[in-house]
Amino acid sequence: MAGEKPAYGAPKPASSDDARFKGELVALIPHLRAFARTLAGDPAAADDLAQDALVKAWDARASYQMGTNMKAWTFMILRNQFYSERRRSWRQTQLDQEAAERTLVAIDDPSSPLALDELRLGLGMLPAEQREALILVGAGGFAYEEAADICGCAVGTVKSRVSRARRALQSILDDGSYDRDGLSASDAMRSIMADAERLSTPR
Amino acid sequence: MKRDAKSMIEPISNEKRRRQAKSSLDEARLRQQAIGVKLRQMFDDVVSEPVPDEFLDILRRADAKSGSGEG
Repeated sequence: MAGEKPAYGAPKPASSDDARFKGELVALIPHLRAFARTLAGDPAAADDLAQDALVKAWDARASYQMGTNMKAWTFMILRNQFYSERRRSWRQTQLDQEAAERTLVAIDDPSSPLALDELRLGLGMLPAEQREALILVGAGGFAYEEAADICGCAVGTVKSRVSRARRALQSILDDGSYDRDGLSASDAMRSIMADAERLSTPR
Repeated sequence: MKRDAKSMIEPISNEKRRRQAKSSLDEARLRQQAIGVKLRQMFDDVVSEPVPDEFLDILRRADAKSGSGEG
């Protein structure tokens, strides 16, 4: 009777492992939302994605090894969820395109001086695999090894994606494109520099 | 930064070339740092948003379903 699986349909008592798992999962929700936002762009779609990933993670809790890196594990689930949904829906790409065009228009508006918007737009111009690598390592606080696990690729691949992403992003922010002939920093880069300086001064 | 490229035409010495290379390297590094700071800010802005109730509701429902075998 002491089988590992509960009998079908029988109430399964909430184990202390489940409670602990749930606690850790809840603490990760803000990070999952942030990662989803960078993948899906649109906040509502991003929250849908994060919620789907949350349920997937909960359902798969038996396969999670307690004490290992739950953040990386859930990010991997979210990322897989994103790409499998994206494969299913060709329409999504069109919506992304429209959103990108709207963003572009917004940035042309001189009354919209937010450097963050420009960074988002710049990120949007990167190939998806470079963008996610840069975000995981540069913003999510993951080591290259962890980012490689999340993306299902080699560590060296992540390293090269991150460094290509950094170069491309800088070039985009400097010139507004991949063209590298402009020598002076654009307004976008200048405002990012000024803002970053303000943010990085000790508080 | 001061540039007086127009003021005179002179052969660029190795020393000068080295200094130029170094200063452009420093500048590139500064820009990368700036991008890194903004990137983290963009991410952390979302992390620090309050979590919508929906998220906890969804987890509560999933927990109830698996915990009590209801449905």
